[in-house]
Amino acid sequence: MSEDQQLEFEPRLPSYDEPPPGHVSGSRLERVLRSGHFAVTAELNPPDSADPADVFEAARPLAEVADAINATDASGANCHMSSIGICALLTRAGHGTIYQISCRDRNRIAIQGDVLGAAAMGVRNVLCLTGDGVGVGDQPGAKPVFDFDSLSLLRTIRTMRDQGTFLSGRRITSPPRMFLGAAENPCVEPLDWRPERLAKKVEAGAEFIQTNYIFDVPVFERFMARVRDMGLERRVFILAGVGPLASARAARWMRSNVPGIHIPDAVIERIEKSAKPAEEGKRLCVELMQQIREIPGVAGVHVMAYRREHEVSEIVAESGVLKGRVPERSRTPGTD
Amino acid sequence: MYRIRLFAVRHSRAFEWLYARLETTMVALDPLFARVGYGRIERPIAAVERVTKGLLFDCKMCGQCVLSSTGMSCPMNCPKQLRNGPCGGVRPGGYCEVKPQMRCVWVLAWDGAARMKEGSKIRDVQPPVDRSLEGSSSWLRVSREKAARLREAREASRTTIAKAFPDARAHEPAVAPLAPEPPAANQAGSKR
Repeated sequence: MSEDQQLEFEPRLPSYDEPPPGHVSGSRLERVLRSGHFAVTAELNPPDSADPADVFEAARPLAEVADAINATDASGANCHMSSIGICALLTRAGHGTIYQISCRDRNRIAIQGDVLGAAAMGVRNVLCLTGDGVGVGDQPGAKPVFDFDSLSLLRTIRTMRDQGTFLSGRRITSPPRMFLGAAENPCVEPLDWRPERLAKKVEAGAEFIQTNYIFDVPVFERFMARVRDMGLERRVFILAGVGPLASARAARWMRSNVPGIHIPDAVIERIEKSAKPAEEGKRLCVELMQQIREIPGVAGVHVMAYRREHEVSEIVAESGVLKGRVPERSRTPGTD
Repeated sequence: MYRIRLFAVRHSRAFEWLYARLETTMVALDPLFARVGYGRIERPIAAVERVTKGLLFDCKMCGQCVLSSTGMSCPMNCPKQLRNGPCGGVRPGGYCEVKPQMRCVWVLAWDGAARMKEGSKIRDVQPPVDRSLEGSSSWLRVSREKAARLREAREASRTTIAKAFPDARAHEPAVAPLAPEPPAANQAGSKR
């Protein structure tokens, strides 16, 4: 390589634009939700690999139907490629991303720095999670950090964005423009207090919610009725979590091994009795999406199809929740 | 002890009352504490606090007690040390995700708070734990801060009066400052 070729290197950077009026981040997910469309997000299965091609490969089946792709942060306390790495790659390809932060692995110093880094890489949505305990993962001997919990994390990023300071009060010259998300689990105990905790998350700064799997529609309906009584659905966009079950065995395994998953026996029986359990699982997922769409106050669905990502576009298409809308990709690499 | 901790949450209302009395006493003792020196009494009080709260609530001496906002259920016993729980992993029947034999600290907290007079404080978003305060006395910190706040409030009202009456002396007396009565008038009064 000649000398002047080396000197010519200059990264092409996207500009750090102001969000449109009435928006906090201007991400496509935020725009879709604020304009009243039914949104679809999908969870990406992070690769155990350092090859960027594997990330794009995993994103391909989700991108055509999802307004934003969630990159999980070592979910279930299992080690995979980092969420921030995946998000940075996906924004380069013009995908909308949701950067997941779990409080289990990093302290406040690391997290605040990563939020700035993610924003600089074009990430505009962040999902604040507490995280599963280290004991369920592949490295149970790890030190659990939990310096923040999901609420103090939300409040911290909101402070960074709106006040333009770190938690210490030090000034940030260009604040991170993030659309703030949090999780909720409407179908597990304490059922009576779940809406109250949702209110607390909204108070802490949550602007959208992605719930854990909903397999029990009556319980979710009761939750949503309480949410509407409290007027929360007007203050936060709620995306209900759904996903296809592969078989009755897989469902039982998930129920007893993955924290926070509630699957009613009737659902498992229905799949068990079917001749083609995987097909039945898909059909069930489509039906759930159609039922959930009708519940007032639900702003979208979040599809978590672990190891069944290839089925996501078909499921979303069959459910008809997008009503013919096609999620766009950003034309400028490195932006949302 | 786990069973005593459960007892404390069941009787959260009584403990709330007890805690309010303790705080009033400690605040009243502030001048004494200040004279002896807060630094000097820190260790003995922290030792008492560690034993008492350790027995009653399985206290971990985080140094920034929030029991009165968490239904008298100590959040530091949550394996994830959540200050705004519960997490989404609560097991059927309200048991802990990480320690399945233990009742979820935060399920207990919301139930305990529902029994308390000022239980709605559980709806406030709690800040993250300041790890530099670990091991220090929360009782002293809380009462000292409250005493300081009360002092400041008194000072503020004095300053307001002083501003309203430019001739007033800023620091004494606490009530509206009046010019001293002329000695002649006083004498006249006493003679009558």
